Amino acid sequence: MARALINAPAKAKRGEVIEIKTLISHVMETGFRPDGTGKPVPRDIISEFICKYNGEEIFRAELFPAIAANPFLTFFTVASESGTLSFEWTGDNGFTASESVNITVE
Amino acid sequence: MSRDERRLQRTRRRFLVETAALAGAAGIALPLAVEQTSATPASMRAAIKNIVGEAPLNKGKVKMDVPALIENGNAVPLTVSCESPMTQEDHVKAIHVFTEKNPQPNVIGAHLGPRAGRASLSTRIRLADTQKVVAVAQMSDGSFWTDEVEVVVTLAACLEGS
Repeated sequence: MARALINAPAKAKRGEVIEIKTLISHVMETGFRPDGTGKPVPRDIISEFICKYNGEEIFRAELFPAIAANPFLTFFTVASESGTLSFEWTGDNGFTASESVNITVE
Repeated sequence: MSRDERRLQRTRRRFLVETAALAGAAGIALPLAVEQTSATPASMRAAIKNIVGEAPLNKGKVKMDVPALIENGNAVPLTVSCESPMTQEDHVKAIHVFTEKNPQPNVIGAHLGPRAGRASLSTRIRLADTQKVVAVAQMSDGSFWTDEVEVVVTLAACLEGS
């Protein structure tokens, strides 16, 4: 399982716009880079990222080889209710990873 | 000048001439090799058209934040933010980023909604060359807004295999 780091506030006021930062370890091999023998190294990237807030999708991104290794994504959401933020990454060669954090909204 | 010295000088001159010729040949060959694996402004336009369709592309509302001069094209910080109240009636539906000379024009396609609160995202991208980076935002009313930045890259993202 790839290592994922999430940075989101554990507590927020209702209606507050919060910033969520995500980072996951992944090579993001582009498929355009030749190996020692001149053949291109096969593509191996994370192609999709989804963030859900209590099961409802709030942010989705399609990633392409032009995303740097160890994809880093920052986005925002409105703290509407206490619950969980879940994160899912899917990619080539059956890659999947998930992570979740709890948030308390007062 | 002795005969030995003269011969040494001659070989040195020949070495310099040959090196220059070799560098010249490489200089011509290299851009050709890169050309094959790079998107062209035309393919970027095609990729944008794929998203936008026939709708007009307006300048403004979107702001792209990316350094104008980049030392390392392997990880370029990029922030795209849009002016929008982010309400149910008026919000940003999607933000797309394209490049002109990367092997593929697409960089990221993000989908968001009124629950985002603020239409902004940051990531780190790869840039294979000095080129134009274009962001396109799709609003909930169906309009498209764009911003473009010319970025100078001194060390390109690895394509030739370092």
